[in-house]
Amino acid sequence: MQKLTNKIKGNKLAQIILLVLYVLVTSLSLYLAQASVTAFLLLLFSLLLLYYTELPDRLKWVIAGVVLVGVIPFVSSTGPGYQSYMEVATVVGIYVAMALGLNIVVGLAGLLDLGFVAFFAIGAYTYGIFATGQAEKFMPFGDFPLSGESFWIFILIGCFVAALFGVLLGIPVLRVKGDYLAIVTLGFGEIIRIVFNNLDKPVNITNGAMGLASVKPPEIFGYQFVYPNQFYYIVLAILLFVILAVRRFEFSRIGRSWKAVRENEIAAQSMGIHLVRTKLLAFAIGASFSGMMGVVFAAKQTFVDPTSFTLLESITILVMVILGGMGSVPGVILGAAVITILNLQVLTEVTNYLNQLSLNGVISFPEALAPAKMQRFIFGAILIIFAIYRPQGLIPAKNPVFDEESLKEGSKKHRKEQITVEHDKGFQA
Amino acid sequence: MVAEILQSLPQVLVDGLALGAIYAVIALGYTMVYGILELINFAHGEIFMAGAFIGVAMLILMTGMGWLAAMPAVLALILVLVVTSILTGFMGVGIERMAYRPLRNAPKLITLISAIGVSFLLQDLVRFITEYKRGNYILTGPSMFNEQFAIKFSSISSSFSDAFFKTSTIILIISVVLMMIGLDFFVNKTKWGMAMRAVAQDRETASLMSINVNKIISLTFFIGSALGGATGVLFAVQYGTIDPYIGFILGLKAFTAAVLGGIGNIRGAMAGGIMLGLLEMFAAANLQLLTGGIFGAEYKDVFAFAILIIVLIFKPEGLFGKAVTEKV
Repeated sequence: MQKLTNKIKGNKLAQIILLVLYVLVTSLSLYLAQASVTAFLLLLFSLLLLYYTELPDRLKWVIAGVVLVGVIPFVSSTGPGYQSYMEVATVVGIYVAMALGLNIVVGLAGLLDLGFVAFFAIGAYTYGIFATGQAEKFMPFGDFPLSGESFWIFILIGCFVAALFGVLLGIPVLRVKGDYLAIVTLGFGEIIRIVFNNLDKPVNITNGAMGLASVKPPEIFGYQFVYPNQFYYIVLAILLFVILAVRRFEFSRIGRSWKAVRENEIAAQSMGIHLVRTKLLAFAIGASFSGMMGVVFAAKQTFVDPTSFTLLESITILVMVILGGMGSVPGVILGAAVITILNLQVLTEVTNYLNQLSLNGVISFPEALAPAKMQRFIFGAILIIFAIYRPQGLIPAKNPVFDEESLKEGSKKHRKEQITVEHDKGFQA
Repeated sequence: MVAEILQSLPQVLVDGLALGAIYAVIALGYTMVYGILELINFAHGEIFMAGAFIGVAMLILMTGMGWLAAMPAVLALILVLVVTSILTGFMGVGIERMAYRPLRNAPKLITLISAIGVSFLLQDLVRFITEYKRGNYILTGPSMFNEQFAIKFSSISSSFSDAFFKTSTIILIISVVLMMIGLDFFVNKTKWGMAMRAVAQDRETASLMSINVNKIISLTFFIGSALGGATGVLFAVQYGTIDPYIGFILGLKAFTAAVLGGIGNIRGAMAGGIMLGLLEMFAAANLQLLTGGIFGAEYKDVFAFAILIIVLIFKPEGLFGKAVTEKV
């Protein structure tokens, strides 16, 4: 066994062949056994395997693109479970983008935000209000609902509005110390939910607890996006943008100052980093990802109401970041995928299975212990266990390490510097 | 408008005092732990909630066995209070031992995350035990101390209306006052209290003065949680119905009270709690009137958080706290 793994290590061809073989087998099994959730999950797992291969980065991106755009929609398309698989994949995408946003705030800048879902709600309501007849009730001009074609502009608007609220929240809050921030953001999340819940009077803006129904679906050149398999591609496109943006930010000047602020505020400040501006930028950028996905969420659900934006949602996103690894982009993607799938598929499947067993009289299974109801328990346990035993998460963050000598030479000869990676020590201390 | 506010003022004062007393005791737990560990113990609200459930469970059990009818109600309540506070006290110690102590030297962010984890874990634990036993996680205790009283404010001046309260309100306020006096005495006058203050000031120096720091931290958690649990029982008796999610928002508001009074300051927390309770009840009764119907009583939670944010911005050290500068 040891020999085999050694042989595979370093042999890229073998890795490609094994990976393709794996994708083929899982796709085939999903294609043939349509109702099999396991096959679907195993197919998604191939992306994780891809991450651990030693292929060049560009090739990895291409393979991931092929699997996500081509293979997954195609092999699941023939059976009855098509839309539900695509629904899961779409929701995973939405949560991945949000978790990446929170990752900037918590993971990179070290600011614990417990009301992150508020920005998601702001994005969702931004589109929800204008894409239903609701806007007519308080806007004296304009013709509402806006057509589905406005969706594409609203992705940007949702992004900006959420970022704006991020800054508005940040300006007062960022003057307080780190641990107060958690409480204040928690309060902010609740305030936003209560306000949306009650803003049907004196002016009816959000329609209160009734929510906004029949939000217009997105539309482009007369083609309507209604089903999850169509939203899947929208989410994928936004996600690609988000991932690229996060990766660019992480190693840029601003990304490095976020990490510096996280490690030691006073030291960072004395190195000339503008504390408030750096933190505000983290808040704004994190919130903007969430706002964009809020718009998509509103369009996908065609219904927005305050119950989708509870504290539990904020904590769920936090769990994704902690599980995956604070500050680590691949880790957070993994964490978000794992938690969403756990939530949507695994817990409900296990609950159904146990209910089936107790119906057949095999075991007696109390309703109160249904795994689908145990989310809080599971999330709480994950938070504690990871905080104590593995604070760096499933895939720890990596920092590029620059070799001083080669850098010096490089600056003389304009040679490309050699970059190796080392585990991020930030949260292990 | 002023006349209407005056009319309802006596009732607002009585209700606000009752609510404020509850906030004050919970705020004590937050402030003690923060003073000693610089950690927001998110689980404290859940300890309060667990106390309420343990208390109600005991009361239901005692009713079932006929004990409640056999002994005076006050005696039964004292028994329940004592047992509950011991149980929740040990719960607090256990939480500290399992979830916080391994992280004492970790970055603060990690400890906070662990605290949130504990809070969620406890909520669900109580939820499924209750649901498993009773089929429903919302629990209503046996009704006790329900006699209504009225203070005849109207006889003082006709611009006031009468204030009504139950016997349980008196019991609540009396027990809270006793708890506070007891705690104040303990912290300021006993040797253990002195050790506690020493650890809060400087953990390392205290350990050099032969104080067992771990034991003192456990003791702090025990006392804070015991008080929180006992308040939970009083809350359940006063308001009747409880569910596993009451602790979180209530805890948050109690934390607001602690910040209002200056975090780490025990007397400040008491004052902050009473103040917040009065303000919140006043807002709930009069917000609609004051804003001409734009905001109603449903914004009372928003009001409490707004106070928190305002205090943090303009006076982060609280009303009775001392400003601390961070040293490198």
